[in-house]
Amino acid sequence: MSYQELLYEIIKDDPRFIVLTSENRSAIRQIPQLLPSRFIDTGISEQSLVGIAAGLAIRKRIPIVHGISAFITMRAYEFIRTDIAYPNLPVKIVGTFAGLLSEGNGPTHQAVEDVALMRNMPNMVIFCPADEQDLMIGLREILTTNLPCYIRLNHLPPIVNHSDHFRIGKAEMPYQGARHSKLTILTYGSLFCEAFKACNILNEYGISTRLVNMRFIQPLDVDTILACCKDSEVFVTVEDHFVVGGLYSALCELFVALNINKRVYPIALKNKWFRPAMLDDIIRFEGLSSDDIAQHIIKIGGFNGK
Amino acid sequence: MKYDDIDHLKRISNKARQQIVNLTTKGGCFLGSALSCLDIITYLYERFLILEDKDRDYFFLSKGHAVPALYSVLSIQGIIDINWVESHLSPYSDFYYHPNINISGVDFHAGSLGHLPSVALGVALDMKLKNSTAFSVVLVGDGELNEGSVWETFLIAGANKLSNYIVIIDRNRIQANMKTESLIPLEPLNKKLEAFGFDVYEVDGHDFEEMERVFDRGLFDSEKPHAIVAHTVRGKGISRFENRIDKWFVRLTEDEADEVLRSMNIENEVYQPLK
Repeated sequence: MSYQELLYEIIKDDPRFIVLTSENRSAIRQIPQLLPSRFIDTGISEQSLVGIAAGLAIRKRIPIVHGISAFITMRAYEFIRTDIAYPNLPVKIVGTFAGLLSEGNGPTHQAVEDVALMRNMPNMVIFCPADEQDLMIGLREILTTNLPCYIRLNHLPPIVNHSDHFRIGKAEMPYQGARHSKLTILTYGSLFCEAFKACNILNEYGISTRLVNMRFIQPLDVDTILACCKDSEVFVTVEDHFVVGGLYSALCELFVALNINKRVYPIALKNKWFRPAMLDDIIRFEGLSSDDIAQHIIKIGGFNGK
Repeated sequence: MKYDDIDHLKRISNKARQQIVNLTTKGGCFLGSALSCLDIITYLYERFLILEDKDRDYFFLSKGHAVPALYSVLSIQGIIDINWVESHLSPYSDFYYHPNINISGVDFHAGSLGHLPSVALGVALDMKLKNSTAFSVVLVGDGELNEGSVWETFLIAGANKLSNYIVIIDRNRIQANMKTESLIPLEPLNKKLEAFGFDVYEVDGHDFEEMERVFDRGLFDSEKPHAIVAHTVRGKGISRFENRIDKWFVRLTEDEADEVLRSMNIENEVYQPLK
């Protein structure tokens, strides 16, 4: 089942839901035919799209707004902040081609600061599924919550079966490693797959790793992170986002706030946009592949033994 | 329109004007902008908007800094506390320089220009989807028309033939501390609006009889959204503030405000407080 098929299943009998887009129909090609009375395309107009969604929401609708992440989060940033987040309206902002997923489109289309921008907004839930299966597991709960949400849409095929135990603000732990892992990798979104494979490589080197698929950057799953703190001394964040403002920042803020003394290392885009190419090539070129992640972690060192 | 009806509207408008002058002593307010659209808001709330029905109209004040005009009319109508001016700018109240969604009678907060045309359009779309006969009305400043998001939304309104969408343009020809035509000229404004798919009407935004002729629910039945260019005077009703580019935001001492109120009593033929 695809995203739009599940979307249709969830919303078809509930007239509160309205699907909107600013002429970015890639993820919802069938919706205009399936649900013509509850589909609105505003044309290439992210600001108005978000304002219109706010207007629909005060009429008790639940607008599901689709746009390319870079445009919807940045062109319409103030509209999201002022018209959605401030009044805490249950608008769902579905961002497509976030992070590395814009592939060959270049810097105009690269949303590698979207999480930082959305994280600045009180009330905003940020859901970053690891792949299509992870997205599907959470979709119903995301769409039916009363909170505003930003969803980093992700159609990548899964390489593991995700836990269907899903709650807003809760992470999953698909790679437990040994009972006492001195290393925890936290990740989300399209680099989950590389992080997972990196755990297998590290395992071959005798490094026991725990992998956390955060699923949400906001609210952050503090309980799970604190549980990891019991045995892990080293935390590595892996994200297709700028270092500033994403998961690395969120984790550092948490540790400082709670006076937790851990070593924290980011694997992310460091003060640069990525070179436009196909996804696999970007991942290798930018040093974000499973091998790169594993080698980086081996160099960090300090987590072997009991 | 009967003489009594006009007299009633003038009384409300003048009572509101007194509140707005009082507000200038409570941290000040955008008096020029508020008085520019006060008569329109008075007319809409007294004669046009249907707000009691389940299938009600919506009014959005997009030029949020004119909010004293809205709150004073709402208070005279008993929708908010008549003494709201007393808690203006208190950190414990939601009364500040722009409208807040938490205040009764306010459908959406404003302050950042160019937002509410799209919010109002979302409401108009929803009304159409529900076969409603209500109107979604948004009042924008003429200076606000500098914002690209406004024209983006106007394109969408035209494309969707939203005949229940009414945009009122407070055309006082001054934005902040400049003449609109000397900065970013808007003329020919009517042609621009027509080109974007609107039925365009013009009205004297201080003449209640003229407003009565234009704001006719029966007339708004074309397959187009409606734009009403309301010709207005910034600071209307207080001669020392009228048409002054330097009287946008006004803060007065109590003595100065008293003097203004006394002069208003002389200037305005109707001035007795309603209560």
